[in-house]
Amino acid sequence: MNRRFATEQPESFAFTDANAEWARTQIRNYPPGRQASAVIPLLWRAQEQEGWLSRPAVETVAAMLDMPAIRAYEVATFYFMFHLHPVGSIAHIQICGTTSCMLCGAEDLVAVCHDRIASAPHQLSVCGKFSWEEVECLGACANAPMVQIGKDYFEDLTADHLTEIIDRLAGGKIPRPGSRSGRYSSEPATGLTTLAAGAGERPAESPAVRRALECGDTLFGMPQ
Amino acid sequence: MLADQDRVFTNLYGMQDIGLAAARSRGHWDRTADLIARGREWIVDEVKASGLRGRGGAGFPCGLKWSFMPEATGDRPHYLVVNADESEPGTCKDREIMRHDPHTLIEGCLIAGFAMGAETGYIYIRGEYIRERELLQTAIGEAYAAGLLGADAAGSGWRFDLYCHHGAGAYICGEETALLESLEGKKGMPRMKPPFPAGAGLYGCPTTVNNVETIAVVPTILRRGADWFSGIGRPNNTGTKVYAISGHVNAPCVVEESMSIPMRELIDRHCGGVRGGWENLKAVIPGGASVPLLPKSICDDAIMDFDWLMQNKSGLGTAALIVMDQSTDVIRAIWRLSKFYKHESCGQCTPCREGTGWMMRVMERLVTGDADPAEIDMLLDVTKQVEGHTICALGDAAAWPIQGLIRHFRDEIEDRIAASPARTPLAAVA
Ligand SMILES: Cc1cc2nc3c(=O)[nH]c(=O)nc-3n(C[C@H](O)[C@H](O)[C@H](O)COP(=O)(O)O)c2cc1C
Ligand code: SF4
Ligand code: FES
Repeated sequence: MNRRFATEQPESFAFTDANAEWARTQIRNYPPGRQASAVIPLLWRAQEQEGWLSRPAVETVAAMLDMPAIRAYEVATFYFMFHLHPVGSIAHIQICGTTSCMLCGAEDLVAVCHDRIASAPHQLSVCGKFSWEEVECLGACANAPMVQIGKDYFEDLTADHLTEIIDRLAGGKIPRPGSRSGRYSSEPATGLTTLAAGAGERPAESPAVRRALECGDTLFGMPQ
Repeated sequence: MLADQDRVFTNLYGMQDIGLAAARSRGHWDRTADLIARGREWIVDEVKASGLRGRGGAGFPCGLKWSFMPEATGDRPHYLVVNADESEPGTCKDREIMRHDPHTLIEGCLIAGFAMGAETGYIYIRGEYIRERELLQTAIGEAYAAGLLGADAAGSGWRFDLYCHHGAGAYICGEETALLESLEGKKGMPRMKPPFPAGAGLYGCPTTVNNVETIAVVPTILRRGADWFSGIGRPNNTGTKVYAISGHVNAPCVVEESMSIPMRELIDRHCGGVRGGWENLKAVIPGGASVPLLPKSICDDAIMDFDWLMQNKSGLGTAALIVMDQSTDVIRAIWRLSKFYKHESCGQCTPCREGTGWMMRVMERLVTGDADPAEIDMLLDVTKQVEGHTICALGDAAAWPIQGLIRHFRDEIEDRIAASPARTPLAAVA
C-alpha cells in the first residue's frame, strides 16, 4: 500500500470546535509532558472529520502536541488505519482477507468490490462514492467472513449480503451492522450451548448493534 | 463440561444487560474493598496459587510476573497496561469481554493496579474495535460515577485512574514493548529487552503488561479462591479459558470452557462438529496464526492446553482454533498467513523484514507448484534462520506456521510441484 502523502493536498486543516475541545480532554489522559501519547487518537479524530488524513491535518496535530512534524509523519505513515489518500465519499469497505475469513469465503466478498466498486484496492469508484481494500484479521474470526465499514462490523456475510449493503449505502441509507446469518453475537448459530439462563428475554439487538443504530454514526457522523 | 456457575464471563454474548447494576447482580464488584484490604502479598500469592498463566499467547505465570514489579518508591509512578490489541489471526475473545462483560476487566484493573502499586492503568485497544471501545468507555464512566474508580476506588482507600487508549491498525503493537512505544506516541516498534517493562516500561517507569482475559479473571479467582481455579484443567494448565473457533465447523463461536478440554469435545459440543463430520477434518491451527498446525491424526487426541500442545510441537497461543476440512488447500491457508506476517513486520530487524517477504514469495510459488522440490528444504532452512534471530517474537511467529506445514504436509507440497506444468527448476530461481 502507498504510505506516502497524497500529491494533492488541501491548503489547511482545522478541527471543528467540538473536536478541538474533545482533543483537549484527550490530552489530559496522559501525564504532564507526555502529551505526544495522544497523537493516534487526535490523528484518528482528524481522519473521522475529513474522511482521510491530509498533510496539514498531521501538521496541525503535531503542533497541538508540541511534537516535531516529522514524528507525527512517522506515526501517520506507520499505522495502516490512516488513509493518506482520499477514500470513497460515502464508504470505504475493508474486507478481512486473513485465513479464517479466507476459509469462509472472503474472496467472494473481494470479487463483489472488484465488480461493483473498482478493479484495484484504494481506487475510487467512477462516482467517487466508494473504495475498498483487503485488510488483515479484524478480530471477529468466529463471525467470518466479515467487513468493516466506518465504525461497524458486518459479519457472517455472503456475496449477496455485501451487494445489498453496498446498494443500501448507495441509496443514502445506513445498513444495520452485525451478523447477517441471524446470530446475536458470537454464540453458536445452532443454539446456545452455554449461558442459556435468562437469554430468552434479551433485547432484539446486541449491545454493539444497538449502539450503532441509536447513534446512526456508522459513517463517522460525530457521536452525540 | 464446565458448568455455567463456574464461568467467569456470564455475559459473553451480551444477551443480558451490560450495565453496572446488572454486572453487580451477576456477582462482579462484590466486596472489592475487602479483597484489596487483604493486601498486595495476599493477592499476588492467590494469583500464583491459582496457576493463572497469561492469556495473551505466551502463557507466562501471572503471579510471578506481578512479583517482578519493584517496591513503589514514590519518585517513579507504576503503571498497569492492559493489552487489548487482539490482532492475532483467529483470535476474537477479548472483544467479547470488552463489549459484553466490561466490568470484569475494570474491576480486575483496579485489583491488579493495587497489587502492583499502580495508580494509573491504560487499556490499549486495537483501533478497529470502535464499538468495543465505546462500550468499554461507557462502563468506565459508570464505574467512576459509582466511586469504583478514582480517589478511594470502591472504598478501598486506593486511588486508581483507568483510561482507554487506542491504536490504529498494526498487529505489532500487540507485542508488549511495541505497545508501550505506541502508547508513548511513537511508531510501534518493539524495544530490545532487557530492560523489561517491570524495570523500565511506560515513560521509563515500572510497568506490567497483561492481556485482557488475564486481568478480567482475577477478581473471580480472588472471590472464589485459588483452589477453585486451580481445580479446573490439568496441573500447570489451570482454570477456565475463552476459546474462539473459526473456519470449517458447523457453528463457529466464542465459548468459555475448561482449560485442558479435549479439542474434539470442544468442537463437537459447542461448534456442532467439523463440517462434514470429524472424519472430514484435515488440520487445525490450535492457538492463533502464530502456532504450527496439527493434522487430523494428532487432533484426534489433542488436549487444549499449554503443555500438551507444546509437547506436540504446537502451542495454545491465544486458544483460537482455525479449523480446516478436507476441501482446504492447506498450502494456500498457510501462504495467507505468510502474507500477513510480511504485511505486519515492523521492519527494524533484517531477518524479519527480508525473511517474511522471502518466505511469502516462496510460499506463493508452492501454492501453484511453480517450484523445485529442493526449495522445500531451502524454505525450512530460512525459517530456522529467522527463528530466534530477531528482536521480537514476530519473526518466530512467521516461521512456525511454515515449519508446521512442511512437517505435516510435505507430501502434499511435493505432489503439487510434481503435478505443476509451470514447474521451475532450481537453477532458474537460485
Ligand atoms: C507479534 C506479537 C503480537 C502480540 N499480540 C498480542 C495481542 O494482541 N494481545 C496480547 O494480549 N498479547 C499479545 N502478544 C503478547 C504480548 O507481548 C505479551 O506477552 C502479553 O500481552 C502479556 O500478557 P499476559 O501475560 O497476560 O499474556 C503479542 C506478542 C507478539 C510477539
Ligand atoms: S522481529 Fe520483525 S516485527 Fe519484531 S522487531 Fe524485528 S522486524 Fe520488527
Ligand atoms: S480472519 Fe477475518 S476477522 Fe479474523
